[in-house]
Amino acid sequence: MADILSRWRAGLSKTSKATFGQIAALLGATEIKPDTWDDLEALLIQADLGLETTASVLDELKRLTRTEGLTRANELTAALRADLRKRLDSPPPLNLRDRPSVILVVGVNGSGKTTTIAKLAARLQAERKSILLGAADTFRAAAVDQLQVWGDRLKVEVISGAPESDPGAVAFNAVQAGVARGVDVIMIDTAGRLHTRFNLMEELKKVNRVVGKALPGSPHEVWLVLDATTGQNALQQARAFKDAVNVTGVILSKLDSSARGGMAFAIQKELGLPILFAGLGEKPEDLQPFDPDAFVEGILSSS
Amino acid sequence: MFENLTGRLNQIFDQLRRRGKLSEADVDAAMREVHLALLEADVHFSVVKSFIARVRERAVGVEVSKALNPGQQVIKIVNDELIGTLGEPAPLNMTGPKPRVIMMVGLQGSGKTTGAGKLARLLRSKGERVMMVAGDPYRPAAVQQLQQLGERLDVPVEADMSLKPPELAKRAFEKAEKGGFGVMIMDTAGRSQLDAELMDELKAIAAKVNPVETLLVIDSMIGQEALNIAQGFRGNVSITGLMLTKMDGDSRGGAAISIRSVTGVPIKFIGTGEKLDALETYDPARLSSRILGMGDMIGLIEKAEAAFDAQSAQSLQKNADRMMKGQFSLEDWLEQMKQMKKMGPLSQIMDMLPGQMGQAARQVDPKEVERSFKSSEAIIHSMTLKERRNPDILNASRRRRIAAGSGVEVQDVNRLIKQFREAQKMMKMIQKTGGKGLGRLFG
Repeated sequence: MADILSRWRAGLSKTSKATFGQIAALLGATEIKPDTWDDLEALLIQADLGLETTASVLDELKRLTRTEGLTRANELTAALRADLRKRLDSPPPLNLRDRPSVILVVGVNGSGKTTTIAKLAARLQAERKSILLGAADTFRAAAVDQLQVWGDRLKVEVISGAPESDPGAVAFNAVQAGVARGVDVIMIDTAGRLHTRFNLMEELKKVNRVVGKALPGSPHEVWLVLDATTGQNALQQARAFKDAVNVTGVILSKLDSSARGGMAFAIQKELGLPILFAGLGEKPEDLQPFDPDAFVEGILSSS
Repeated sequence: MFENLTGRLNQIFDQLRRRGKLSEADVDAAMREVHLALLEADVHFSVVKSFIARVRERAVGVEVSKALNPGQQVIKIVNDELIGTLGEPAPLNMTGPKPRVIMMVGLQGSGKTTGAGKLARLLRSKGERVMMVAGDPYRPAAVQQLQQLGERLDVPVEADMSLKPPELAKRAFEKAEKGGFGVMIMDTAGRSQLDAELMDELKAIAAKVNPVETLLVIDSMIGQEALNIAQGFRGNVSITGLMLTKMDGDSRGGAAISIRSVTGVPIKFIGTGEKLDALETYDPARLSSRILGMGDMIGLIEKAEAAFDAQSAQSLQKNADRMMKGQFSLEDWLEQMKQMKKMGPLSQIMDMLPGQMGQAARQVDPKEVERSFKSSEAIIHSMTLKERRNPDILNASRRRRIAAGSGVEVQDVNRLIKQFREAQKMMKMIQKTGGKGLGRLFG
């Protein structure tokens, strides 16, 4: 646990070292003034929490100042931390009991699906699980090669098809191969697609259906990889993917960038989707189970 | 969800009578909405503040013009200010000795490599000899990605995984110089602006090849961090332009205004799709109405304009005249369907629609619509000229003949005629209300 926390700190410290203690400066030992609320609003908006979540957090804190008689700004820090934390669930334990368990990984272009899959594979390998990967991004140039390089490095079999071939067929073959080899987990990489592209979302639905045909009851998990630098559009993305392929969890990638990933709050609240993992760096071990406490600290240390 | 600023402002001003000047109270009420609209669009918090202050100052006391209602008047001021801040589209700097180096920089996954390919295609189509350089040895298969794009475009790609990117850049530059290339596009690895080591690498590349253009590639879906990221890159290399990617989604692209207003770096390109020809020069008016949540109506109009040649413009005018006189026939309808098809894939057009119309359009399968277009066309083609001009004569036996001729069922013919009657009715309504009823569609 200590190790995990320190990794979170290392990942987040890159982002906050310049501004660390900003919230302390903001909410010093002075009295709560009208400015304090403006400053807090600025802090939350700039962490991409969005208008609704920000307004709801501020309302709650204002209510607390009345009912609990908070008068000093630094008392607000504790209240703010507690309120933000309350809005996030701890990630549920992974349920990969089925053998094989099929995980479909989806997301918009450039969100970090392939890299995340590689990190997940390394993580599951460390838990002594056997893995097979399906390279169903047959569209983007060299996407298959990208997954193949990771497969070679991790010594994991990668099932792929010809460029421009049907991604559903690749997914089908991958699941069949995984079943035949008796692996524990099959992960299917899909092409990045904007959630507004009707045809591409239909294609994704088809991949999802085909996987279910290859192995009834699968995919067991559908994970959406979401770039932590995304702003208000994140909610629309998550909603569209959830509607299309029944996403079961979100992975927040690139949280080691300077962005705070505040849209996670709205996604959790509006869509009830748990945040499962966070990407905190380039190395395989930099993918960590989502830690709501560390995440909230990251928000509070922002500028 | 904040969908349409025009609608919201109209609501506010609905309670007010039209009057001479915008009062402070009017403007304050409107500015609250504008404030929300800009934050919804991911414009940076501080930028929204200063922008609102500027607009407020301009708007108070402004005479409401006869042609506009107060809401529209405010929108106009906001829009003008936004367009002014976004600035004119800047062309690529193609001056100085050849080869001219264009360096692509940005965060991971922003779209640098695809952007490099699109740019190579564009410049080549303008007659430039282009070389691309694969400067990302870190991400697995990034080099292959650029190589495959190069093959598709028939553009040579310099790559060598054993060299550090600055060394590779230097070698490629010498090669481009000897080979008489006009442009060298340098792809680089994605990096965070906080990564000092990789920022030093960018500086080293720039020092070796002295780019005339360093384009910061920014994902249009990015949130509040856009400004810090741009500032971070700018603190290390001299950014000469922005390429805003993934604009074919439904993000509002507020990052453009944040970066532009604080750094002054001009926006040069917009990426609008996964294919290599989906690169556009940016238009401030279009981007402004998008940031304000008013859809891309100008883009839609442009597409329509591009599809209409002079001849069809004439026939369209005739069409419109006939429509206004209530003489709109099936022949005209056929003509319209043809024009609409020329505007490009329906899915793209639907994405440009604002507000409720856009939301409604996204529920529809464009393929289905295109199929129904096709069958409608076939049905009308199977009619005689007389029938097209006067659908009233279409009795049962004529309908059976048409169905057989176009390979559909009689019900399909009936449906088409019913749809046509409805369209006719709508035309008559527009004629009566002078188009005012249409406004509601855009609300």
